[in-house]
Amino acid sequence: MNFINSKPKLLLSGLLIGGLAATLAFLGNPANMALCIGCFLRDTAGSLHLHSAEAVQYFRPEIVGLVCGSFLISVFTKEYRSTAGSSPMIRFLLGFMMAIGALVFLGCPLRMVIRMAAGDLNAYVGLIGFIIGVTIGSFFLRKGFTLGRSYETHNTSGFILPITLIVLFILSITTSLFLSSESGPGSMHAPVPVSLIAALIIGAIAQKNRMCFAGSIRDIIIMKDFSLILIIAGLFVAMLIYNILTGHFVLGFSGQPIAHSIHLWNMLGMFVTGFAAVLAGGCPMRQLILAGQGSSDSAITVIGMLLGGAMAHNFGLASAAAKAATDAEAAVAGGPSVAGKIAIILCILILFVIAATQKRKKTA
Amino acid sequence: MDYIDIDVCGLSCPEPVILTMDAIDDNPGKTIRVTGNEAHTKTNIEKTLIMKKKAYELNESDNTFTFTIEA
Repeated sequence: MNFINSKPKLLLSGLLIGGLAATLAFLGNPANMALCIGCFLRDTAGSLHLHSAEAVQYFRPEIVGLVCGSFLISVFTKEYRSTAGSSPMIRFLLGFMMAIGALVFLGCPLRMVIRMAAGDLNAYVGLIGFIIGVTIGSFFLRKGFTLGRSYETHNTSGFILPITLIVLFILSITTSLFLSSESGPGSMHAPVPVSLIAALIIGAIAQKNRMCFAGSIRDIIIMKDFSLILIIAGLFVAMLIYNILTGHFVLGFSGQPIAHSIHLWNMLGMFVTGFAAVLAGGCPMRQLILAGQGSSDSAITVIGMLLGGAMAHNFGLASAAAKAATDAEAAVAGGPSVAGKIAIILCILILFVIAATQKRKKTA
Repeated sequence: MDYIDIDVCGLSCPEPVILTMDAIDDNPGKTIRVTGNEAHTKTNIEKTLIMKKKAYELNESDNTFTFTIEA
């Protein structure tokens, strides 16, 4: 099953992932969200009592499915390797900043594409920032940026994240230990079995096709290689068809679900996520997949994203979504808070420091 | 036979591909041996070599692979 050298297969795999994401949206996941890694890690953090924003708390089976789908297929195809030791704390920080950037924009790169496919022009503004972030990260990669080598560890190390997620998932469906939103995005979800099975399939496909939003743009910049972007194109087309067929396609800046139109901060939020993703070797979704196939470094990045999502809500860094006026409430412009803006500026400074200081030695 | 040896074991994407490309560009006419240990690294390097139309030989043993490339 060699996806990577076949462009039609890459495109087809993107269409399939997009079809599954559309199914999740159709069956109850929030509008224009379907399968957002940043949002779903944030929701999961909320369900685990890591933050107290009541509207965004739900233990998302999709996170479990993506990691375990990658884990199972990599074990089955003998690609599973338990590794660790490549600058774990820097990776934690990069994961943390990816989450902050995503929650100021209101979506990870996956949701950015899903929003683009629904006609949300704010997402296209975010894409500009994302491309600039990936480009700058790629520049530093060409100049010798490295997080160093990872080394083989005992298999147990790589098993911990998938097994922990399975245990938490069982607890989430059999006990009332975890929080679950009664209103807001956290209350919207597809049936649990569908979420889990769809994500298991997506996780397995993404492990084989190496799907990565940052990587697809990075490969174009560094290697003039357009193959990974075909997966994203497939996902976009599938979601576009779904949105047109279901009447969810609305072209414009305003009236978009869970979005804001403060352009500068949409751009800077995705700039941070794109820059951090390139330095970390993959976007939020890719980190889940790598963690599933045994990388403890990526597992640490995932924990960084989980805590970043929690902190973004605990300390008011996440943006507010724009809302139209109703009989009961006035219109809300939405956008980032002052704390969110400061956090983004700090993230940008930290990213430049990391990018400029982690250099490869000549003898690597 | 003399080789330019490049060890990409444990490096994150896309560093292995960058190191391989740089070695090819810096050593025209020489033979380069790239050793790595990640499945996706092997795939990415192979894809790049095919794209750059470089002759290569791939050997695999246990968890490692070696590309021998005519730069």
